[in-house]
Parts: sequence; structure tokens; C-alpha cells
Amino acid sequence: MTTGFVRHRRSKRAIATLTVFEADLLRSLAGQLVELLHNESAVAAVDADPLEALLDFSGPTTAPSDPVLARLFPDAYREDDESAGEFRRYTESALRDSKSQAAASIIDVLEDAGLPDDPTDDDITIDVELEPQTALVWLRSLTDLRLALGTRLEIEDGQEDFWDSLPEDDPRAATYSVYEWLGFLQETLVRSLER
Amino acid sequence: MTADPGVEQDLGTDEITLADSPWVTIVWNDPVNLMSYVTFVFQQHFGYGKKKAEKLMMEVHEDGRSVVSTGTREEMERDVQAMHEYGLWATLSKSD
Repeated sequence: MTTGFVRHRRSKRAIATLTVFEADLLRSLAGQLVELLHNESAVAAVDADPLEALLDFSGPTTAPSDPVLARLFPDAYREDDESAGEFRRYTESALRDSKSQAAASIIDVLEDAGLPDDPTDDDITIDVELEPQTALVWLRSLTDLRLALGTRLEIEDGQEDFWDSLPEDDPRAATYSVYEWLGFLQETLVRSLER
Repeated sequence: MTADPGVEQDLGTDEITLADSPWVTIVWNDPVNLMSYVTFVFQQHFGYGKKKAEKLMMEVHEDGRSVVSTGTREEMERDVQAMHEYGLWATLSKSD
């Protein structure tokens, strides 16, 4: 277990030393997020008029069916489906791209820092150094990853005791510990950026 | 912007009332986002000081929601889009 991010005083970079296991896990999660964002493609719902649907090259107007995607791209209007649909049509594709690029940036940074394609040596560590702008991108993407895991686990407020007391052989226990670790990593990254 | 040819432009009282009514961006509580991160986002995106950002974050946390910005509908749509980019759950609506 690493100490998370700290701010390097002179360079203003956020730096962290990850074990190769942690770095590989983070890469795998970021890769899954990229895949999910492209998987259920952001295409317009089929209209009553097929010609109109064919000519519609803009974004979707209804919420994604996958709960994780529905959480990442919530309705912008609560009681106005038409406005929510319009907003989605003009924003969701760009938001998907931006989230996908942020997750890809995590992968790029880890590999630039020396994470091998198929790590076999458990003893190496990966030194991550983030410029302030990249740190912001990581913050956003760590949020997306936590939202994804939190949605899959169906985490709700005030359930910490339940999650902490899960038996180790419960398959959710491993996912929850990854979720907690991402939270720890994000917390230290926020602290390292605070003015 | 061009007007429909042959259609007379008539800004009635309705439009003026609408233009005067501000819209709001509301951030809703969610069980995942960290309090420190939500505070950070309010500082980063809206340029709020730490005290104000923390107060809004606590409103979200304790009351379940908080109005975090006010303005025209277009401005609020931009704020909501930015909040979604940060992973916060935000909506916009017409101010009561």
C-alpha cells in the first residue's frame, strides 16, 4: 500500500509511488471505463420516422440503459423530458469523449512512467508525476471510476458498517476494497492540489 | 442569427418576463463523491472561496441538494455540463 499523492514543493507536481500491482489495476480499470464508454454507443434513439432517424447525426436523447452510464450522464432536467433530451443530444457525445480521453490519459501516464504491458516483476514501483493540468484530468477520471464501481456495488449513504463487515469470500468485498483504495488515492490527490 | 423572412418580430411581455427570470444549477447529494472533491470542484469551476465552497458542499451533504449558481438558461446549461464532466450529479431549473 502506497502513501498516495503528495505535492512536490518546487515543481508543484502531484507525485505518487504506486506498486506495479496498483498501477496495473488502475490501468485495467481505466481501460474498462474506456471500453464501457464506447460500448453502448451514444446513438440517437430510433425515431418514429425512420428517415428522420437516418438524417439525425447528433447525439442521443434518452438516458443510457446501463446504470453506470446513466449515472455518468444524468438527465439535466428533472421534470422536463423534452429539454433533458435536447440537452443530451447536444452534450452527451462530447462528455463521453472527454471522459474517455481522461481515462486514456491515466493509461498513458502509467505506461510513460514505466508500467510494462504484462508486469511479471512484483518488486518494481511506478513513480507517477502529474503536472497540475494532468492532475485535474486524473481527479475527474478517478471520480468516474469510483462512480462506476459505486454504481455496480449499489453503494448508498450510511452503509460503511455493512461494507466493512463483509466476509472476505464475498465477491463484493474485493471490489469494495478497490473502491476504497480509489477513494484514498483521490483524497490524497485533492489534498495535494488544495490552495 | 436570422429571423424568418416575412415574420414580424414582436417581443411581447411574455418574453421579457422570461428573460428576467433567472435559472439555477442544483447539485444533488450522491453516496460516492468525496466531500473534499465536491468542495474542490466548486472552487475550481465557479471560482468560489473555500468557505463558500464548503458551505455549499455541506448543504448538498446535509439537505440533499444545493443551488450552486444562478444565471441565464444557457449559462446554467454550461454549468450543468461542467458538473457532469466532474462527475457531480447536477440539474438546472427555473428559479421559483
